[in-house]
Amino acid sequence: MSWILATPIIIPFATAVLAFLFRHGPEGRWISVLGSAGLLIASVFLMIEVLDQGVVAAQMGQWAAPFGITLVADLLSAVMVVITGITGLAVAIYALADVDDRKESLGYHALYQVLLAGVCGAFLTGDLFNLYVWFEVMLISSFGLLILGGTRQQLDGGIKYVTLNLISTILFLSGVGLLYGMTGTLNMADLHGAVQEVENPGLLVVVAVMFMIAFGVKAAVFPLFFWLPASYHTPAISVSAIFAGLLTKVGVYALIRMFTLVFTTDVPYTHTILLWVAGFTMVTGVLGAAAMNDFRRILSFHIVSQIGYMILGLALFTPLAIVGAVFYLVHHIIVKANLFLVAGVARRIAGSTELSQIGGLYKTAPLLALLFLIPAFSLAGFPPLSGFWAKFVLIKAALEDGGYFIAFVALAVGLLTIYSMTKIWGNAFWKPHPAGLNPSLSSLAPKDRAALLTPIATLAILTCIIGLFPEPFIQFAERSADQLLNPEVYVQAVLGAAPEVSQ
Amino acid sequence: MELLVALMVGVLVAASVHLMLARNVLRFIFGLVLISNAANLTIFVSGRLTPESPPLIPEGATTPVADAANALPQALVLTAIVIGFGLFAFALTLVYRTYQNLGTLNSDEMRLAEPVEGRPSTAKQVAEKQYIARDTQS
Repeated sequence: MSWILATPIIIPFATAVLAFLFRHGPEGRWISVLGSAGLLIASVFLMIEVLDQGVVAAQMGQWAAPFGITLVADLLSAVMVVITGITGLAVAIYALADVDDRKESLGYHALYQVLLAGVCGAFLTGDLFNLYVWFEVMLISSFGLLILGGTRQQLDGGIKYVTLNLISTILFLSGVGLLYGMTGTLNMADLHGAVQEVENPGLLVVVAVMFMIAFGVKAAVFPLFFWLPASYHTPAISVSAIFAGLLTKVGVYALIRMFTLVFTTDVPYTHTILLWVAGFTMVTGVLGAAAMNDFRRILSFHIVSQIGYMILGLALFTPLAIVGAVFYLVHHIIVKANLFLVAGVARRIAGSTELSQIGGLYKTAPLLALLFLIPAFSLAGFPPLSGFWAKFVLIKAALEDGGYFIAFVALAVGLLTIYSMTKIWGNAFWKPHPAGLNPSLSSLAPKDRAALLTPIATLAILTCIIGLFPEPFIQFAERSADQLLNPEVYVQAVLGAAPEVSQ
Repeated sequence: MELLVALMVGVLVAASVHLMLARNVLRFIFGLVLISNAANLTIFVSGRLTPESPPLIPEGATTPVADAANALPQALVLTAIVIGFGLFAFALTLVYRTYQNLGTLNSDEMRLAEPVEGRPSTAKQVAEKQYIARDTQS
């Protein structure tokens, strides 16, 4: 059945409407949790369907493929929607205790659900213009969430976030226009064939680079990332966490999709640019993290450096490298959202995220210290956590491809990641609290404690499971990479067995 | 006709880059408005401009008559205009609120989220400094 493709979009939208109607009471937050749970269930059903049938596609409104709106899910889309469901539910539960009544009555939960709908839509759409529309849905709700509460810091960060993202959107839109002018179609599966027939392949590369820049801003790659560390540490923790987990990864997803399905006409040129970008992104991100003195700002810079690893997988463009990129994408969303959630609890009990103003968490809140260590080690790539396998696969792919230097860079960046993590550890957890406080988890109300720690613990367990039993996940990533590198199945699922000739 | 629209796009982009290079955030937003219109025109012209007839389907037929205008870019541009309009309404409101709260439109002075070490870092100190600077100017 094809309606299942639309459920991950419809459920959050319906939840958003309900949550908006009940925004003044406590019902809104429970509607949000229920809706997120519904999204997770729907995404799991979609995943089962995709595992069963390969690529699932549906034409909205019964318009045949290259003309109508297509929803399509291959393994990569499906797993991204499942991860959206998992982090969406985790953050919705966390928000029960984190988001105050004022932000709720301003419509936090409704915006949050619209964000989830936009993210799912971007993962599921099979049409370039619809990708633009879903990006906008996602952006508008993220603008709202980012400045919700309206502190000066938020407004300042918001200006940078909004303007930079608008520029990337406009570039994206121009790229869509030019690509349409050259090929006469915007359906991604149709484009796969249509770009082979473009008379002037040089122009196609220009458009490819436009898309690279547009998605690169969204994914926060070097040198287009500076809006991210300027804004991600300013909003409420639950907002930071969902942004850190999902938003930049939509950019990475779009890059992977476009540069495996459509822009493969001049791989040596485009993917070499991506390789340089990946290297610089890893290095600058981690150096930024090493220079920062705020819990959340260190984590924000880490997002940048980790994006580099995923781009590296795409840039190498070998089957093993794509496996690494897909695996990294999934692992990173879980871990990064989790780290931000831990930072939120640390702020709650110790009073700040500025490292010089907090301390003593290890002595008085050992459970939180443990819950921080798991995702932190996973991010840095310690075995046997999920990050180790993700890095291992990528570096192996780089070595097999002869990229010794980039493999060395990736390893060195891993070491620097550990360095910046020890900075958090040494300041926030080991040294005594400068104000003489004894921050402890028991200072939280029992209800809040449950809502804050359940998602953190669940996500930590997930990363442990992926780390301890990587075999099925790697196999899944292999199947997914196989689909990405051999798009014929995807094209056939969208256009039907005998593709119609477009005008 | 295509050439004329293409030139128009170039002029719009040039003007908007000029505006966006300013430090004033409001000018930057106006630059964004212009460049988004340039993007819309790009989509419009990429669908080939045909002056002949509207893409209407005569009664009984299933396809539009020959030489009809391409309806798809028009639909795309319409969507893009609506979305762009919403975004700029938001961006303008954001700039207005920022001006109210920070007392400045100069992007170099907006360092609250990323304070420079060795300079006043709290919001209050920055705002005070800016109020003083404005008072001495006027």
